[in-house]
Amino acid sequence: MINPGGHLLRPGEVAAWRARMPAAFGPTGSARAWKWLAGFAFLAWLIATLWWFGASPQRLWNGLWGLGVIIRQMIPPSPGEQWVEILKGLAESIAMAFLGTSIAAVIAIPLGFLGARNVATNMLFRFSLRRVFDGFRGVDQLIWALAYVRAVGLGPLAGVLAIATADIAVLAKLYAEAIENAEKKQAEGIAAAGGSPTLVMRFGILPQVAPIMLGHALYFFESNTRSATILGVVGAGGIGLQIAERIRVRYWDEVAFIIILMVVTVMVIDWISGKVRRRLIGER
Amino acid sequence: MTGAIAAQEAAFLSLRRQRRVATLLGVAIFLACLIVAGWVSEFHPATLAAGAPRIGEYFYRIAPSLEWSKLFSGVTTEGSLAFWFYRLDKWGLLLFETAQMAALATLMGAVAALLLAFPAAKNLGLPGWAHNLARRVLEATRTVPEIVFALIFVWAFGVGALAGILAIALHTAGALGKLFADAMENIEMRPWEGVRAAGGSWYQACRYAVLPASAPDLLSYAMLRFEINLRSASVIGFVGAGGIGEELYNVISFNYYEEISAIILLIILAVMAIDLLSERLRRRIIEAAS
Repeated sequence: MINPGGHLLRPGEVAAWRARMPAAFGPTGSARAWKWLAGFAFLAWLIATLWWFGASPQRLWNGLWGLGVIIRQMIPPSPGEQWVEILKGLAESIAMAFLGTSIAAVIAIPLGFLGARNVATNMLFRFSLRRVFDGFRGVDQLIWALAYVRAVGLGPLAGVLAIATADIAVLAKLYAEAIENAEKKQAEGIAAAGGSPTLVMRFGILPQVAPIMLGHALYFFESNTRSATILGVVGAGGIGLQIAERIRVRYWDEVAFIIILMVVTVMVIDWISGKVRRRLIGER
Repeated sequence: MTGAIAAQEAAFLSLRRQRRVATLLGVAIFLACLIVAGWVSEFHPATLAAGAPRIGEYFYRIAPSLEWSKLFSGVTTEGSLAFWFYRLDKWGLLLFETAQMAALATLMGAVAALLLAFPAAKNLGLPGWAHNLARRVLEATRTVPEIVFALIFVWAFGVGALAGILAIALHTAGALGKLFADAMENIEMRPWEGVRAAGGSWYQACRYAVLPASAPDLLSYAMLRFEINLRSASVIGFVGAGGIGEELYNVISFNYYEEISAIILLIILAVMAIDLLSERLRRRIIEAAS
C-alpha cells in the first residue's frame, strides 16, 4: 500500500487512521446496523400487509389468469345493441361535468373573496373558513354522489350536485390564493380615487384575477369530465352506470368499447379546453 | 391635432365595440351550452325545487344530535360523542386497513412507474419505439379511472382489498410514470456522460447518474400520490374492493344517518393528518436535496 508521501504504510497506521476518522472508511457500524434494521422493518411490513390482504402467489396467478380471459373476451370491442344508451350516457357525463363545474365556479367567487387575506381581514373568520374548505376537500366526489343519490334520487342531477359541492371548496381556496397574490396598486388607486369597497373589488381586483379563475375553472372542467364518467357507478347518471351494468353481466366487449370511448372523450375535452384556455387567457 | 384625437377616439370606440361583441358572443355560447347541459342532465327547476328540501332534510338527519351537557358521557347516553362514534374500534381498524391499502398501492405503482420511466424518458438514448411504447402504456393506465379497474379486478381477483390495491397501483403507475419520466428528462446530463465516458454500462449510468439526481423529485411525487391514493382507497370499497368505503357504502345504503357523518369525519381527519405529515416530509426532502 502506497500513501501520498511515497513510503509503505507501517502496520497499525491504517488502524490509527480508521480510529481517527471512521466515516472516511465507509459507513460505520451503527449506521450500517440502522440501515439493516430499516430494511428488515420494511420487509416485515411488506410481508405482513401482503399476508393480511391475502396476496398469495396462488391467488395472484389465478387472478392474472382470469384477467387474461377477460382481456381476450374484450377483443374486439363492440358497441353492442344499445349503443344509443351508451352515447346518451356519455352526453350526460359531459353535461354533468359542465354544469357542475359552472355552478361551483360561480359560487366559489364570493367565497374566494371572503377567504382572501387582503379582503376579509378578520383572522378568526378566515381561518375557520379555510379549515372548512380543507375539510370539504377530504371528501371524495363519489361520497357526495352517493349521498345525493339518497337525497334526490337516481340520475344525473345527483351527479351535478356532487361535482358542484366537491369543487366549490377547492375552487374557493384557489380563488382566494389568486386574490391574495393580486397586485395591490390597482386596488389602492381605485380606493384613492374615492371608489367604494365594491368598486375596488370590481375594477381593482377582479380584472387581475379573472383570467386565473377562468384557467382554474377550465382545468376543473377537464378533471370533472374524468370523474363524471365514473359517478354513474353509484347511480348518479352518466356513462359510469352503463359500464357498471355491463361489467355486472360480463359483456366484456362492450365494456372495452365504453372504456375506449371514455378515453377518447377525455382527450377531446382536454384538447377543446386547451384551445379555449389559450384563446381566453393567452399563452403562458 | 383634433383630427388625430378624433381618429384615435374612433379607433378606440370600434375596438371597444369589437371586444363587446366578442364578449357577448362568448357569453351567448356559454349560456347555450349551459342550457343544453341542464336539459341533458335533468337539471330542471321543478326537480331542483322538489329536491332542495329533501337535500336539506337529508343533511340535517346526517348531522349528529349532540348535547352539550352529555358530550363526554358514556357510550349508552344519547347525545354524547361516544354514542356518535360507538363503533370507533371497528372504523379505526378499517381506516388503518385503508391507509395500508393506499401505502401498498403507492409503493407498487411507484416501483412499476420507476421501471417504465427509464424507457419513457427521451434523453437516455433508448430507441424511439421503446420510448413511444412506454409513453403509450403509461397514458393508457393513467386515463382509465381506478374505479373502472377495480370493477374489472373484482371479477378477476375476487371481492376484497387485493382488487382495490391492484387497481389503484395500476392507475398510480400511469400517473407517476409520466411525472417520473419528466423529472428524469429535466436532469443535468453531465453525470450521465461522465459515467458513460468512464466505461459504465447503461444500467450503471441509470443507477449512478439519473437516479441520484432525480430521487428527491421522485420521492416528493410519490408522497403527493400517497395522499391522493388515500382518498381513492377510501371510496374504492364502493365497488367491493376493500377498505372503509365498503362500510360507508353500507351505512349510506341502509340509512344509518349518524354513522355516515361519523365515518366521513374520520376520513376527513385521516386525510388531513396524512396531508400535514407528508407536506412536512416533502419539505424536508426538498431542503435536504438543495
